[in-house]
Amino acid sequence: MRMTCPLCGARDLREFTFRGAALARPEGDDWNEAWHDYLHLRDNPAGESREYWAHAAGCGAVLLVTRDTRTHEIFAVEQARGAGA
Amino acid sequence: MRFSGLRVLKEGLTGNRGWGPHWRDPAPKPAYDIVIIGGGGHGLATAFYLAKEHGLTNVAVLEKGYLGGGNVGRNTTIVRANYFLPGNSEFYSHSLKLWEGLENELNYNVMHSQRGVINLFHSDGQRDAAARRGNAMINQGDDAELLDREGVRRLLPYLDYDQARFPIYGALHHKRGGTARHDAVAWGFARGASARGVDLIQNCEVTGIDTSGGRVTGVQTSRGAIKARKVAIVTAGRSGQVAQMAGLRLPIESHILQAFVTEGLKPVIDNVVTFGMGHFYISQSDKGGLVFGGDLDFYPSYAQRGNLPTAEHVMEAGMTLMPMIGKARVLRSWGGIMDMTPDGSPIIDRTHIEGLYLDCGWCYGGFKAVPGSGFALAHLLATDRPHDSAAGFRLERFRDGQGLMDEEGTGAQHNTH
Repeated sequence: MRMTCPLCGARDLREFTFRGAALARPEGDDWNEAWHDYLHLRDNPAGESREYWAHAAGCGAVLLVTRDTRTHEIFAVEQARGAGA
Repeated sequence: MRFSGLRVLKEGLTGNRGWGPHWRDPAPKPAYDIVIIGGGGHGLATAFYLAKEHGLTNVAVLEKGYLGGGNVGRNTTIVRANYFLPGNSEFYSHSLKLWEGLENELNYNVMHSQRGVINLFHSDGQRDAAARRGNAMINQGDDAELLDREGVRRLLPYLDYDQARFPIYGALHHKRGGTARHDAVAWGFARGASARGVDLIQNCEVTGIDTSGGRVTGVQTSRGAIKARKVAIVTAGRSGQVAQMAGLRLPIESHILQAFVTEGLKPVIDNVVTFGMGHFYISQSDKGGLVFGGDLDFYPSYAQRGNLPTAEHVMEAGMTLMPMIGKARVLRSWGGIMDMTPDGSPIIDRTHIEGLYLDCGWCYGGFKAVPGSGFALAHLLATDRPHDSAAGFRLERFRDGQGLMDEEGTGAQHNTH
């Protein structure tokens, strides 16, 4: 599996670290259902998945990756910042 | 049909013409008291214990593919009870006791071999942690023995004791741990359940879960609708998709875990050896193959295969620990779909939908749990009360924060176990 970092180009998988499903972070500090949802519950899709990866051994950018969890095919990689995720 | 040495002898002398199928192949009935979704180890064990312990036989196990075709046929076959935290400890202890009586109970050779599990440690701090874990295991009523370096050397003379990064200080030895023949476990439970009247229905994919007024009423399947008073989802890595049919979101992410096996060799590794610091563990199958694995690839996947960096990492760790295996050729590698929970511990519980039950979140430790999980889920289905050994496996512990069982101490968040 290779991933194309928008800043660095196509790189080996081992430069990247999975950082979790791309979910909207709730507002506020009080524990509530929205935080439980965000921290614990997952759609866990078999198919297209939107998730954060960090180019940890590269430029350090956090990336928004759209990927097929059944085939490992990567549809899109963009910088998470400004991607509206 | 009962198996015995005499029967094997008689069949051997008469051309093996007397063996029959191990279980019936019934068509689904229109309704059951209990439907179990998933004909893997946990589902089949649940069916067996429902029939045997509770006399409930109006039960169907629905399997999308063939019995035992999922993780129970794809794991590295290790059986152990060396957990530390209350909640986990009593469960795996109970499961190991069930393993110890399993072959007699099932009249089936599951090749359970208590060859011992040896967890290596490499520092003073790790020695303290191993001693503490060993004491917890002994307090639970199980066995543990702390080995020093020379004690390990007597058992495992072939390790590299002086590697610079992880010199071997000793090990925690769990003698009652070992391995079993994974497929035979599924087959043995299937045979036992079928013989007691449970319907095992293969090639029957569940496509919907029917509810009415907050209670489950049955399932839709590729072989028609089936009514049921109670439905249990026992589908491991596919739990998310099946639960979604009932509108549930689960605290589960499905990850890939790889395993490897070499060509058959003469007996060389007598025990299960784990090298946690390197992410490597190994045993030798009765056919002679070295069966080994490491850690997750650490990204969600349903592909049932992993990527090369993890394969390379596992092999490097193996070579670091035991350079002698370097000439063994790897025959196969594969991946399983692990139902990972945030705290790394499982779920056996009811849901907010009456009559709908969950047994999932086994992470990468589901095989040894097969008898204990089946026993506990059967108890829950039959009595609507959790079995004492599994009372900690609550679904709501993530919501209310009570009783989280984070065995690794890495935080109860996804992608940390």
